[in-house]
Amino acid sequence: MEHLVDIVLLGLLMITGFAIVRMRSLLAAAMLTSIYSLLSASLFVVLDAVDVALTEAAIGAGISTILLLATVALTTDEEKAPRHTPLLPLVVVIATGAALIYGTLDMPHYGDPAAPIHQYVAPTYLHDTPGVIGVPNVVTSVLASYRGYDTLGEVTVIFTAGVGVMVLLGYRLRRCNITGPGIRNLIVLRVIAKLFFPLILLFALYVLLHGDYGPGGGFQAGVVFATGFILYALAFGLGNAQRLIPRKLLRIMVAVGMLIYAAVGIESMLLGGKFLEYRVLADDPVTGQRLGIMLIELGVGIAVASVVLIIYYAFVSRHCQAPEDM
Amino acid sequence: MMDTVLDVLSWIFLLGGAIFLLVGAIGALRFPDFYTRLHAVSVCDTMGAGLVLVGLMLQGGLSLVTVKLLLMFYFMMFTGPTAVHALAEAAMQSKLKPVVDEREP
Repeated sequence: MEHLVDIVLLGLLMITGFAIVRMRSLLAAAMLTSIYSLLSASLFVVLDAVDVALTEAAIGAGISTILLLATVALTTDEEKAPRHTPLLPLVVVIATGAALIYGTLDMPHYGDPAAPIHQYVAPTYLHDTPGVIGVPNVVTSVLASYRGYDTLGEVTVIFTAGVGVMVLLGYRLRRCNITGPGIRNLIVLRVIAKLFFPLILLFALYVLLHGDYGPGGGFQAGVVFATGFILYALAFGLGNAQRLIPRKLLRIMVAVGMLIYAAVGIESMLLGGKFLEYRVLADDPVTGQRLGIMLIELGVGIAVASVVLIIYYAFVSRHCQAPEDM
Repeated sequence: MMDTVLDVLSWIFLLGGAIFLLVGAIGALRFPDFYTRLHAVSVCDTMGAGLVLVGLMLQGGLSLVTVKLLLMFYFMMFTGPTAVHALAEAAMQSKLKPVVDEREP
């Protein structure tokens, strides 16, 4: 039965992939990539990777689609005709694909308990997490505690992306009062947005604070939080959204999120531990771990939400009038 | 006894939802223009997904799962029609004319 679900999902993924390649309208291709992400998210759920699925659904199907649509609105809807024959790329792709398939021949079977990946550090993580870290969600404990350095790196990448977009797409503020996707009769959208805006923010907080127990954490919460504000911007106009959460504040918050994370690391060094060694943060090691995880998840959430909103503002405000020289 | 009744009820809802989803999909493929297709698809979000969720709630019984499903039901009932409304509104404003039957009645 599970195989059937796998086959259907993978089949739909393949069909969507071909459809994206064949599609000449970029708008339709952007929508299809959203479907592709949603299908991948379903596949992750089947694989029991709910944390990844939540991220994929929120970022892949949600935020990326919005950014892609904003880009299409800025440029053009029609794909340009290719200038050279696709023969060489096709050969390269087929060769790479064949090499990859050849590589999988040596890999252990899916779900094989004797596979090296299940023998290396995973048993320690699974065995130690309840006693040492004290959070039920092992994914959170690995992400935030055991692999804290990696996650700090990831947040740095997101931070850099935000800074990059700010540098490329204009640092100066643009006067802006355009509303959503060209809809003039907005009453239904506005009522629903008003109704859902607080609920989305509440859900973001739930995802953030419940990350220890269930799927979720800083990354997902940050994206959901930003989605709430993007919905607000779509319904009430970018100008109002920028009044609600100004860009100046966002610029500060990106750095604050990053700094919270790094400060937890330095604080644990000051208290006599190693960088990001949370157990010294409180008298009881387990409480210290939980405190550390909670704080860095908060930092991740703030940084991600601010970066996503900065990118969204930067893309959409390209439609507005040119910046006034101040 | 009670379990069987609940099971049968839940399957009736699930199959009903599946029928509405199928009808919506067929409508989206066969109807002549954008607005009628949208009309067909909107059934998927409300009746299709709604009935499937009710069926799953009956399977879940009195538990946290049912509460979550109820929340999903609530969100679906609002977001689906709103999305369809926004789509139709956007199409109207980009001057997409509905196909009209021109024959004399």
